[in-house]
Amino acid sequence: MIISEQKSKEELLLALDGCKRLFLVGCAACATACKSGGEEEVFRMQEWLTSLGCEVTGSLIIEEACHIMRAGRDLRQHRPAVEEADVLLVLACGAGIQSVSSSTDKRVIGGLNSLFLGNIRRFGQYEEKCSLCGDCILNETAGICPVTNCAKGLLNGPCGGMEEGRCEADRDKECAWNEIYQRLKKQGRPGVFARTVPPKNWGKVLKPGRHRIKP
Amino acid sequence: MSLLQQQLSAGRFVVTAEIAPPKGIDTAAALETARALRDVTAVNVTDNQGANMRMAPLAMAVLLLREGIEPILQLTCRDRNRLALQSDLLGAAALGIENLLLLSGDHPRFGDHPGARPVFDLDSVQLLQGVEELMAGRDLSGRPLCGLPRFFPGAAATPEAEPFELMFQKYSKKVAAGARFFQTQAVFDIPRFEIFMDEARPLKAPVLLGVLLLKSARMARFLNANIPGVRVPEPLIARLEAASDPLDEGVAIARELVACARLRCQGVHLMTLGCEERIPEILG
Ligand code: SF4
Ligand code: SF4
Repeated sequence: MIISEQKSKEELLLALDGCKRLFLVGCAACATACKSGGEEEVFRMQEWLTSLGCEVTGSLIIEEACHIMRAGRDLRQHRPAVEEADVLLVLACGAGIQSVSSSTDKRVIGGLNSLFLGNIRRFGQYEEKCSLCGDCILNETAGICPVTNCAKGLLNGPCGGMEEGRCEADRDKECAWNEIYQRLKKQGRPGVFARTVPPKNWGKVLKPGRHRIKP
Repeated sequence: MSLLQQQLSAGRFVVTAEIAPPKGIDTAAALETARALRDVTAVNVTDNQGANMRMAPLAMAVLLLREGIEPILQLTCRDRNRLALQSDLLGAAALGIENLLLLSGDHPRFGDHPGARPVFDLDSVQLLQGVEELMAGRDLSGRPLCGLPRFFPGAAATPEAEPFELMFQKYSKKVAAGARFFQTQAVFDIPRFEIFMDEARPLKAPVLLGVLLLKSARMARFLNANIPGVRVPEPLIARLEAASDPLDEGVAIARELVACARLRCQGVHLMTLGCEERIPEILG
């Protein structure tokens, strides 16, 4: 899931840039789970904007705002309200915002900051486990990703900053390499320690990523 | 062949020290410190140490060469991707720099540009391998070079890091990847260093023990709290506390560590932090 949070009220005010008539868009998927752009947040945003003297011409929660076609279709169904507005304020991740911005010539304001691809520990508690490098090494690292969990993304073992198995960049966190090492030891296999891992091929996911499932 | 390499292969006890390039372009103070480092075979030039921005170490290393002082160029993976690292290395070789110390680098989080994007395109093991490749006449994508660079690549070790076996896995990988010598993080616990050397000796890479001059008990406590991998044992702190002149006591402790190194490894890397004039005493 894409983890996002709302921009601060100050930042939002700057982004609004004096715009007075707004159409609000939320997302029923990740932004709802993150409590950053679901029904409730869209409603509260509407209240806040009204209190500022803005007019909200309408609102819409897209099933999955990252779905480009669906976002376009849903917006068309709200055409009159969208047309009435000067801008669309979108409470979805950066991907969702761009589905919307590609479906309209109107100005689009993003109300959220996208943070990372997150696992769910429990509701409201998210952790980054994978940074989508395109060349997965998990099979050799006992299922713990060093690209993501090591603060430096090292591939051949811990840096000199590891202390008592804790991470140099955050002493509250275990060094990812210690975790990998301990788990491999339990499994009785050397895993990634059996070889020197060559430099990562960052060219595997050429920016921007694109993927088409073969028929 | 660099003097450092010559002396290490001849089995001489080697002494290195380090300077930091200036934050700015006035190199007078750094050069003066370097000149004061007598009795030293080679001088490390640190690379944005602690992720604090300073003048390029490559430039500073060339200034040392001009003074007739042999540099050890430090290069971290934090600030450059594989193109920039290799291109700096070729530049260094063309300018006559042979000794290298290849490091991952401290995380930018604690430096003076905490918002910087950390690079870490390579890690220290991969960078060591990259240096081997350059010396073999190829870059990291296998393309041929005109003219062969000659290097004497070294790496860092943290003998007191825990868990020991995990740290040592990395040490072994560095040796296999071409580290020809090691400089260690500051060590104060001799028995622990002995355990490390028992494991390291069979791998045959010369080790220079990191000797940091303690100036006071307060400094020792600060190191314990803030510098990863450095642990000053309580009895040493007590000695500094009881001493009438803590700096003298620090020099005495450093002398004992140097004496330990003479018996157990191939040299010392001195970190005297502005007290370079005490080096002859520390080595004496
Ligand atoms: S190695 Fe890590 S970042 Fe890359 S795909 Fe696997 S889990 Fe994701
Ligand atoms: S301490 Fe471990 S997790 Fe933290 S940066 Fe170093 S190697 Fe990575």
